[in-house]
Amino acid sequence: MSAVTAPPSAPSAQPTSRKQHLTERARAERRLAFWLVAPAAIVMVAVTAYPIIDAVILSLQRADLRFPNATKFIGLSNYGHVLTAPVWWQDVFHTVIITVISVSIQFVLGMCLALVMHRVIFARGLVRAIALVPYGIVAVVAAESWQLAWSLQSGWIPKLLGLSGDPLSHTFGTYVAIIVTEVWKNTPFMALLLLAGLALVPDELQEAAKVDGASTWERFTKITLPLMKPAIVVALLFRTLDAFRIFDTIYIFNQGAQGTESISMLNYNTLLDRLNLGLGSAVSVMLFVFVALIALVFIVGFGAGRTGTSEAT
Amino acid sequence: MSRHNRQIGGWSLAIFVICVASLIPVLWIVFLSLKTPATATDGSFIPHQWTLSNYSAVFDQGIFTDALRNSIGIGLISTVLAVALASSAAYAIARLDFPGKQVILLVALGVAMFPQISLVGPLYNLWRQIGLYDTWPGLIIPYMTFALPLSIYVLSAFFREIPWELEEAAQVDGATPFQAFRKVIVPLATPGIVTTFIIVFIICWNDFVFAISLTSTSNAQTVPAAISSFPGVSQFSVPYGDIAAAAVIVTIPVMLLVLVFQRRIVAGLTAGAVKG
Repeated sequence: MSAVTAPPSAPSAQPTSRKQHLTERARAERRLAFWLVAPAAIVMVAVTAYPIIDAVILSLQRADLRFPNATKFIGLSNYGHVLTAPVWWQDVFHTVIITVISVSIQFVLGMCLALVMHRVIFARGLVRAIALVPYGIVAVVAAESWQLAWSLQSGWIPKLLGLSGDPLSHTFGTYVAIIVTEVWKNTPFMALLLLAGLALVPDELQEAAKVDGASTWERFTKITLPLMKPAIVVALLFRTLDAFRIFDTIYIFNQGAQGTESISMLNYNTLLDRLNLGLGSAVSVMLFVFVALIALVFIVGFGAGRTGTSEAT
Repeated sequence: MSRHNRQIGGWSLAIFVICVASLIPVLWIVFLSLKTPATATDGSFIPHQWTLSNYSAVFDQGIFTDALRNSIGIGLISTVLAVALASSAAYAIARLDFPGKQVILLVALGVAMFPQISLVGPLYNLWRQIGLYDTWPGLIIPYMTFALPLSIYVLSAFFREIPWELEEAAQVDGATPFQAFRKVIVPLATPGIVTTFIIVFIICWNDFVFAISLTSTSNAQTVPAAISSFPGVSQFSVPYGDIAAAAVIVTIPVMLLVLVFQRRIVAGLTAGAVKG
């Protein structure tokens, strides 16, 4: 951002009066910037900070909407409940399984898709438009379409695979169906982020390596991948955080039946089905902490923060 | 020559695979929406008997037409508000020098990574207390908020590319500051704003978490929430055709936007995500 600030004059070389004028100007600029940024900043902070603080407070109370008069402060016992409940750890496990598998597949397929979009020698516009189709589909519609396709009653997939039983009636089949849905829906976005990284790899470097006798695979692993690292880290960060919050697809498939309940699904069920605000808020806060930890690992461990914010400067 | 042919063949195969993988679920839901109720469960990919009756059935249901009205209204208002707030913030970030620029970008990044479902409980509670539960503003407020980070990133990336010197040049040539802004800067900024508008509208149109949690009736229920709670003719029959038809209708506007503005959306998303 520093590149696009006010006129690029050199204040130190100017006479004092000019310098005075500049600081006056700088002060006015700061005031203007403040007024321009304030509305967006206030909205973002108010709408996220207030509820999360409220969630922390609620999580320290026995607050059950079915028994509004029994509300009282009970310290950390909701957290104790959650952390000792097998269902919490099962749901963490489900969420991690879905996140790791679906993001890994999205990364491999997304890389292939990005390479095709980058290198294809004809019909480039067509490929890019078609590849964006899953991105443009409403998430709920994507989930409905896949759910109806896998379901034994209505779908074509059981017939195609020659299955006699309903794949969505057991855990393994349901996981496959949910992961396929997630991969289908999100691979294009992964590919777009990787494509932006591919565009930064200079062609001359590839040519030079080719002249030196490097194979295609060597060029990909030794040149393309390292140079793309910032884009890869950002893409994985975004996709991992999003996959970890998985809700829509599971809700549409079976609302967490067949052992597919994710943390978000548990959160929703506790809050809005069982109306237990105290316990549900404890789950909310822990999900929030999990997501923050994942972000921290990416930012500290792989420098996603640097590429995420300072490349803009 | 043969090498060239092999290349053409390879690329054609890749393009074919991409097309099939991208389009099959879409074709499937379209075909399902065109099946007659009697054949909806026959499991064939292509309908044996074609009908448009599912579409007229869907439009005869208040639950769907109300939801469509809510989706359009809430989506447009949230988008306008988010783009307006984000434009002014992005202008400051791209053009002005002020302390706290990194802070605002970090706040935006934090909000972008926020698990939205964590807010559902407190908002549900608060909205019921202050009367925003199951109303338009009840959805517009969270939608606008969660659209802001991406809007700010995408818009500031676009604004950074604008040659602002032209504004001064126009003023030197005798234009008033307002004329310079309107005739020079507005046309240059419009593509970025339009792109952001489309991306944000898609995000609002897609939302399910807030829609399912903060609404309960046709007062504010949006289409994704309505689809998930479609009533069958009886308790025991799933209205496959209706669900499919509603799904196709809600997909069409977004799909048109994506295909028409494909190039811009790609540029906007990648600029916002990588350079942002």
